[in-house]
Amino acid sequence: MYSWLTEHKIPLGSWIKSFVDFLNQHAQWLFDWISLVLGTLIEGLTDLLLAVPPLLLIAIFAGIAYGLHRSFRLAAFTAIAFLLVINLGYWQPTIETLALVIWATLVCVVVGVPIGIAAAHRPWLYAGIRPALDLMQTIPTFVYLIPTLVLFGLGTVPGLISTVIFAIPAPIRLTHLGITSVPAQLREAGQAFGATKRQLLYKVELPHAMPTIMAGITQCIMLSLSMVVIAALVGADGLGKPVVRALNSVNIGMGFEAGAAIVLLAIVLDRVCKRPERRKGAR
Amino acid sequence: MPAIQFNKVDIVFGDRRGKAPALIDQGKTRDEILAATGAVLGAAGIDLTVERGEICVLMGLSGSGKSTVLRAVNGLNEVARGSVLVSHDGAAVDVTHCDDATLREIRMRTVSMVFQQFGLLPWRSVRENVGFGLEIRGMPAAERRRIVDEKLAMVGLSQWADKHAQELSGGMQQRVGLARAFATDAEILLMDEPFSALDPLIRDKMQDELLDLQRRIQKTILFVSHDLDEAMKIGSKIAIMEAGCIVQCGTAEDILLRPATPYVAEFVKHTNPLNVLRGHSVMTPACSVRRSDGTVLLDRDGLVRMRVDAGDRPVGVEVNGREGSLGRVNGNAGAFDTPCDIIVAPVELKLATTIALKRKTDHPIIFVDADGKLAGLCGDDEIYGSLLRRSA
Ligand SMILES: Nc1ncnc2c1ncn2[C@@H]1O[C@H](COP(=O)(O)OP(=O)(O)OP(=O)(O)O)[C@@H](O)[C@H]1O
Ligand SMILES: [Mg+2]
Repeated sequence: MYSWLTEHKIPLGSWIKSFVDFLNQHAQWLFDWISLVLGTLIEGLTDLLLAVPPLLLIAIFAGIAYGLHRSFRLAAFTAIAFLLVINLGYWQPTIETLALVIWATLVCVVVGVPIGIAAAHRPWLYAGIRPALDLMQTIPTFVYLIPTLVLFGLGTVPGLISTVIFAIPAPIRLTHLGITSVPAQLREAGQAFGATKRQLLYKVELPHAMPTIMAGITQCIMLSLSMVVIAALVGADGLGKPVVRALNSVNIGMGFEAGAAIVLLAIVLDRVCKRPERRKGAR
Repeated sequence: MPAIQFNKVDIVFGDRRGKAPALIDQGKTRDEILAATGAVLGAAGIDLTVERGEICVLMGLSGSGKSTVLRAVNGLNEVARGSVLVSHDGAAVDVTHCDDATLREIRMRTVSMVFQQFGLLPWRSVRENVGFGLEIRGMPAAERRRIVDEKLAMVGLSQWADKHAQELSGGMQQRVGLARAFATDAEILLMDEPFSALDPLIRDKMQDELLDLQRRIQKTILFVSHDLDEAMKIGSKIAIMEAGCIVQCGTAEDILLRPATPYVAEFVKHTNPLNVLRGHSVMTPACSVRRSDGTVLLDRDGLVRMRVDAGDRPVGVEVNGREGSLGRVNGNAGAFDTPCDIIVAPVELKLATTIALKRKTDHPIIFVDADGKLAGLCGDDEIYGSLLRRSA
């Protein structure tokens, strides 16, 4: 039995390989094009952010933090965190990572939220994509790093793609959760007043699901950030690079400094993106 | 054309409901159908007509199918068989078979709904909640605001317009729900136990407010309640439901005096008759009063005699040979002209008011109909009799 099993191995590996090769040969233009567009977008944003004098940019970030939360403490914390990053000497990689995270999150939201909505309205669709979502979150990242590398080449784009694959289940799941947990009575209130499907979505379902969707987006940002080191392995710029370099040269100091910059960025992003304390009276 | 008309409506829930109608025709009960097919019988053979301006109350125990019937009117529940005609734009539209656009039109303009748990959108302000139906209709903001503020004033919540719905008490939230339903100016209002979530004092107040509003705006209301006292207080017609069927439909007095089944009788036992019974079900009717030489004898010894004119309308009274005066009562407030020797009251006077009058004076009470014609007499005997008959 055992030998029979080993002799008749299912050629899973070679199937996948031929599939990727097939894509590589026949759809190369498509991947090149995606690579070009995404690469330009990320670089564009990075260049734009780096073109602004760092202190001015920090002031802008602090301003955004204040604008969203009306909290001087958070604004001051944001400014201090970024000043610390400059002090550590990681300003440029931090901005590169920030650009990567912003684009990854944007892609996740633009693709994930509509998928979540569609899945909430069609139980069969959700049943269909659930295994895929589980797979995307459990399969070791390195495994899909290799095909993305083959298809998109070395650089920031395969990093972005891997990040999106890893992070997108969060907004999909939480959007699905938010929409399906709309109380039947609210949906009926909408229907009873003659709302169309679209009005029901925009006036009842989405507003009700918004806090949950926002939680999904915050989670997505954190997941993206946790991918920076792995993205660096395929050549993405950012704070992952010094970590990888420190690992290769057993440089404890550099590893910790770059790690500290990642943690600071993570805390700032988490605090800024957290839903502002809900206005009084709202649920 | 009635505002709402149900014709032999059956409603069945569940995936395997295909076979249910055949079983209903065989006279199977809800439990038997559930056991045979797994489908839940929501309502069976509903025939009900609600006229314009009427308040019709669906009454029954929990699970008897009241909400199911109500929700068929605006198509929230699918109807398995039969038709539900709603008067919309001067035509009777069958909501069970009309196209989506018509159904939507009906929901936007003709039928609106008040929910038991209020169904307000918690992220919206009171004003935005009230304007919800108009917003769905696509009405411009300025016009919407004018109407919304008018409705908010109607339910007395103008100062609360910018608060969130959650900041209001239950009674206030339900007033927001009422204002939202009134805002679309729909002819027909569906109310699914709108006051059940409120405590008894507020509920009583809201019932009075609803009756008061109804006098002013004259809508057609289909109201669900599991409380017979509430049903009798506000309903001009009451339909009592049991296990998906209407077992009796009639006025509050009909039901109180002539319950059709033991189930209805059981409900009736626990109600207070004082506000339901009216003069005509208590009095000794005009045809059996004692008369002599064109006067009506009001006491045993023939000392109090009431004169009537050719149209049998009371015109004067003679007490022990002395000329007395008539005290006329208007409406149910129970105020009358004093001093007087007999009281002349409209025949729709509630038993509660009649008793209150009796307590204040010891005069005989004469009931007259809308034309002022003698309808009957009501003395202590009649009052006690009516109370005893019920508990017997
Ligand atoms: N959407 C549904 N799916 C399946 N069964 C339903 C559905 N809605 C109602 N039913 C069933 O129909 C029957 C009547 O329910 P309905 O809600 O009309 O009762 P009700 O008289 O309004 O009771 P309550 O006073 O508790 O609101 C119940 O047995 C219920 O289980
Ligand atoms: Mg109900």
